[in-house]
This record gives sequence, C-alpha cells and structure tokens, in this order.
Amino acid sequence: MNRVLRVLGWGALAVAGAAALGGIALNRGESINALWFVVAAACVYLIAYRFYCGWIAARVLTLDATRATPAERLNNGRDFVPTHRWIVFGHHFAAIAGAGPLVGPTLAAQFGYLPGTLWLLVGAVLGGCVQDMLIMFFSTRRDGRSLGQMARDELGRVGGTAALIGTLTIAVILIAVLGLVVVKAMSHSPWSTFTVFATIPIALIVGVYLRTLRPGRVLEGTALGVVLLLLAVVGGRWVDADPGWHAWFNLDGKALSGFIIAYGLVAAILPVWLLLAPRDYLSTFIKLGTVFLLAIAICVLSPEVKMPALTRFIDGTGPIFSGKLFPFLFITLACGAVSGFHSLVASGTTPKLLARETDIPLVGYGSMALESFVGVMAMVAACVLDPGVYFAINTAAGVVGADPATAVATITSWGFPVTAEQMQALATEMGEHTLFARVGGAPSLAVGMASIFGSAFGQGLLAMWYHFAIMFEAIFILTTLDAGTRVARFIMQDLMGAVWEPLGRTSWYPSVVLASSLVVAGWGYFLYIGVIDPNGGINILWPLFGIANQLLAAIALSVATAILVRTGRLRYAWVSGAPLAWLVIVTTSAAWQKIASDDPKVGLFAAAHDLATKLAAGALPPDRAAVAPQLIFNQQLDAWLTAFFLALVWIIVLDMLRSCSLHLSGRRRAIATEVPYVPTRMTQS
Amino acid sequence: MTRSSVVRRWLTWPKRTWQVVRALSGDDAYERYLEHCREHHAGSTPLGRRAFYLYEQERRYRDGPTGCC
Repeated sequence: MNRVLRVLGWGALAVAGAAALGGIALNRGESINALWFVVAAACVYLIAYRFYCGWIAARVLTLDATRATPAERLNNGRDFVPTHRWIVFGHHFAAIAGAGPLVGPTLAAQFGYLPGTLWLLVGAVLGGCVQDMLIMFFSTRRDGRSLGQMARDELGRVGGTAALIGTLTIAVILIAVLGLVVVKAMSHSPWSTFTVFATIPIALIVGVYLRTLRPGRVLEGTALGVVLLLLAVVGGRWVDADPGWHAWFNLDGKALSGFIIAYGLVAAILPVWLLLAPRDYLSTFIKLGTVFLLAIAICVLSPEVKMPALTRFIDGTGPIFSGKLFPFLFITLACGAVSGFHSLVASGTTPKLLARETDIPLVGYGSMALESFVGVMAMVAACVLDPGVYFAINTAAGVVGADPATAVATITSWGFPVTAEQMQALATEMGEHTLFARVGGAPSLAVGMASIFGSAFGQGLLAMWYHFAIMFEAIFILTTLDAGTRVARFIMQDLMGAVWEPLGRTSWYPSVVLASSLVVAGWGYFLYIGVIDPNGGINILWPLFGIANQLLAAIALSVATAILVRTGRLRYAWVSGAPLAWLVIVTTSAAWQKIASDDPKVGLFAAAHDLATKLAAGALPPDRAAVAPQLIFNQQLDAWLTAFFLALVWIIVLDMLRSCSLHLSGRRRAIATEVPYVPTRMTQS
Repeated sequence: MTRSSVVRRWLTWPKRTWQVVRALSGDDAYERYLEHCREHHAGSTPLGRRAFYLYEQERRYRDGPTGCC
C-alpha cells in the first residue's frame, strides 16, 4: 500500500513538473506566471534528489549507515559533534548561501528568462549538487580533510599548490566584486548608505552584549540586533529627509570605496567576537528569513513575468555585460548552478557535524538544490520588472549616456520601451532620487523584491521594502568581505611562512597586520578600479569572478574524479567527469575570448588597445581621459590574470589525468587515504 | 488516543520548534559542551560560559571558510 502511494506521489510530482516546464516552454510570446517557474524548479529538484542523487548515494558512493562518522569517533563537543541532519542542513545552507546566486541571475536576465532558468536547474542537479555531495562524502571518509589537503593527497604537490593559490585569488576577486555591488547600491543614496553603515555599530553592540553582558546567548543577541537593523531601515528615511544628515551620507563611489577598504582592514584585524561573529549571526538570520519570505510572497502574489524568453542580446551585444550566450551565460550564473566555493565548506566544516553517512544526500545535494532555488527566485525578481526598467537600472551611464532622456531613448530603441517619467515615478516610490544606471544587480533585485513584497504584504511600504532589501544584501556581503579576507589572510600567512617562518605564525600580530594589508590591498585595488570605470566595472569584474569560481569548481571536480578512479569506481567517473569536462570547455572558451577577442567589448587586450588609441587621438572627454591610463593598465592586468586562471585549470586537469593514468596502468600503488571502517555505536533514530 | 495526550502533543510542538531554533543558531552550544564534558571527561573542570564562547568564535573562523559567495 505504502509502495503504491509512493509511486503515485512521485508520478504526480513528475506530471506537475512536466506540466510546469511545458507551460514555460509553450507560453512563448505571451506573458507567463512566475508560479510556473517555482513549481517547475521544485519538481526538478525533488525528482533529481530522489532518483539521481539516490542512485549516486546507493551505487557510486555506497553510503554506509553502519560506519561511524568522524563526528562520532572524534566527538569533542566543539567542532566534531554528531548533529541531527536537519540542523546540519540548516548550518550548511546558511554557510553556502551568499550574494552570488542573487546577483548572477539578475545580470543573466539580460538574455531573457529562459536560458538562465534552464542552466540554474540543469547545472545544479547534474553539476553543483553533485560536486558538493561528492566532496562532502570524500571529506567525511577522510576525517573532514579540507579540499586543499585532499588535492595534495590525491593529485600531488602541484595540484595541491594550485588549489591553494586558486582559493586565494578567487577570494580576492570575490570580495572586490561584492564590495563593488555594495558601493554601487549606496552611491548618492543617503538612505541606503545610512542603513548599511548602521549595520556596523549594531554588530558591535551585539558583539559586546554577547561577550560581556550575556555570554553566548546568541538568540537574545540576534533578536536585539534584528530590532536595531529594522530601526536603521526606518531611520534612513529621516536621514534622507533632513538636509544636514543628507549631505553627510550623500557619498560618491570613490569615497564609499575608501570607506569599504578601511573598514575591511579594521574588520580583519579586530577580534572575531567583536564584529565578525555577531554580524554573521545577524546576516544568517536576515538571509534565511528573507529567502523564506520571498518564496511565500511569490506564491501568494504569483506575479506575471514581463521579460521575454530570449532577448536579442544572446548575440553578444548585451549592455550589462558583453559576450555571447555561450560561454558567458554559464560564467555569469556561476554560483546558482555550480559554485567552487561550496567545496571549501563541504570539506572541513560540515563533515565534522554529520551523525551518519546517509545524511550526506540531504545536506550536500539538498542544500545546493535549495541554493539554486534561491537563484531561480532572483531570476523571477528580475523578470517581473518591465524589461525597459530592468535595463535602465542595470546599464551603466558609460553605455547609454548619463542624461535620462538619452538613456531612455537608447533603451527604447533596443525594443524595451521606458520613459524618464516612469523611472522618476519608480524612484520616488522606492524613496530614491534616481534609479538610472544603478549597476551591480543589488538595486534591481531590491526593486524586484520590493514590488513583490509590496504587492503581497502592503503597497504603502515600497520604500521600506526597497531599503530593507538593500540592507539584506549589504549585511551578508559585508560578512563575506570580512570572513573572506580572513580566509585569504590564513592562506597568505601559510605561503609567507614558507619564505620566513615567523610570518607563518597566525597569532603573531605584525604578521597578521602584514598579511591582512596585502589581502585588502589586493581586493581594494580591483574595487577602486571598478568604481572609477565609467562602464560600471561590474562588466569586467563579474566575468572574472565567474571564471575564478568555475576554476575552483574544476579543481573540486578534478579531486572528486581522481578519488573515484583511485578507489576503483572508474565506471562511475563520469558522474564528476562529465560536469568537469563541461566546466573546462566553458572556462577555457570564456577565458580565451577574454584574452584573444578582437572585439573591445569582450577582449581585454583589445579594450586596452582601443582605449589607448582613443586617448592618443584625443578623442576622449576630459573626465574619461583622466582615468584612461589606470583603466588601460587594469584591462591588461585582468587579461594576464585570466590567462593565469586558464593555466591553473589546465595544470590541475592534466595533473588529475596523470594521477589517474598512473593508477590505472598500475605504475603507482593506490594509497589508502580513507580512514578504516569502524562500526557506529549510535542507535538508529 | 486520549484527549490529554493530544493536548500534550500540541504543547510539545512549540517546545521542539524552540529546541530546533536554538540548535540552528548555536544558542545551545555551551549546554551541549557541558553535557559532552560530563559524559566523557567527568573529572576535569569545563570552561566557563564566556571562555567557551570566545574560544569557539576564534576556532570557527580559523578552521576555514564559514561563508560563500
């Protein structure tokens, strides 16, 4: 009876999913409801989880519920603690969820809703979820070893070092691009600036509360912080209205980037209990709450999608970022489908909490499916806007012109009608002075979220919802900035320690300051250049970030493939090998175009050459000519950096193939890197 | 099922939710640590609440990435 019910249940799910996807596919040319996206996505994830993930768990990995996990064997009541699977799921999801799956789909919506949504679904269930699950499993069987350590064990010294350097560079680029997203959201917006700045003293207050007044009472501290954050959102309106305060918080991009850089340096040196830990608690709470609220609002409201399925920009002439659908869609979406960064959390931290191996599908595969679902919702939030409005918000002044009349004329000429009055009315509704050229994805997402929340829960509060959404994005971007700087600092100290031993001591203050300064200088440079770039900066930095992130995913999948082959699972090596091959094709093609394309909108060397020619001919207006030398240098630097990423990908893939062929030809004996079997003593609950 | 057991079941629901929220946020970390010490290291004196909190925060961010893009 039970079996029949189960079959019927999965059958109904399959029909619902097929109907929803069919609805999306057939309703071309007329507006369709966002609810179809949500239903289609949920069905795809559930079916993939039940069948593909179930098959991997049973056949490829042969998960063993009777085997004691590291959490059980090494239980120390601190980091190794056997924890209920839903609690681990919550921790792991909170750790992997970030700004990437919100910004990526927002930018990728320039191709229309269809390509992005499809890759979010397909990429996640066949690539991203599989990567997270495999790495989590292999790390669990190795007492929670990190990705870098596993790369060293399975690939060798070269692969291990490449993984370490890859992690360091991706952290630097990631922080720079996220910093740029926040700066762009705050520039000349006193309300946003005040609200985002207020999150810093609020975190300090919570930090002191949790250390001094009520040590470790995390929920009390979080509740206090959330109330203060909401007050900061409301108070921002008053700051904006008061002429004196308005002037104080009405800052341009350059000043804001200076603040962010100084803040990043101070935050990285301060003790974690004072700033990072309390803000992490607040950001996790706000993040989970808002994602949950957005899902409910989309279901309640079921808004119409106004973006066409495909836009003309699939030909590579997109205003938000240049480059054709292939490979730049995959580079842009990055985190929502496959994120290399997840493999760092999936190895190390999470495996130390798993009570039994059979929890890995839910925690590893399931968390990533939910993360991809967040990406689908971000795509919905971008596509419920009028396409003309979407392009007006997200296109830089350097592309469409700084003057509203020129900008709307250009965007309307692309076939996406919009008027200056419409933009002004929208800006007034959102409590902003203008919404033109607010690039970076955050403001556009905030407008989308505010219209969804506003329609679902009360139209009068649009401006509040808008600034709440900006605060929501900024608070966890600032957390990533701080935590990422720290991660990069430890790697930097590790590398510096090889040169002079005392520099490797993580608690030696001069070394801490030196390493932190180097890391902050690294991302600070890219952030500053992004701010002065009249084309918005995002158009250069985001693809660079996407390539770096997919590079890290290629490292993780290479490690996974090597382990599959070396543990006698050659016939299943395609499970990680196929997504790896796809990522290598995508990153190689994207990196190659970034380096070698003759089109100055795509190729970085071509862009540098083009700008240099114009500068020499005196064809640039004075404000552009002033920054041109810096931009030319930066474009060349970015091109070399891309070449470096490309070389890193191939070094790792070739090293993986070498390691596998040595194993298969019997020239290298397999070394058992797995911890031997110990039966569990826990009772099944 | 008697009437009182139904009532009891409904009353345990908020309690369980509260436990899940505490576990998810890490609010109960110190209690879990004390429990671990009682079970495994009966003789030794465990850390105080504040010392444990500060030590754990340092460890969490030293061990590797705690967040993502």
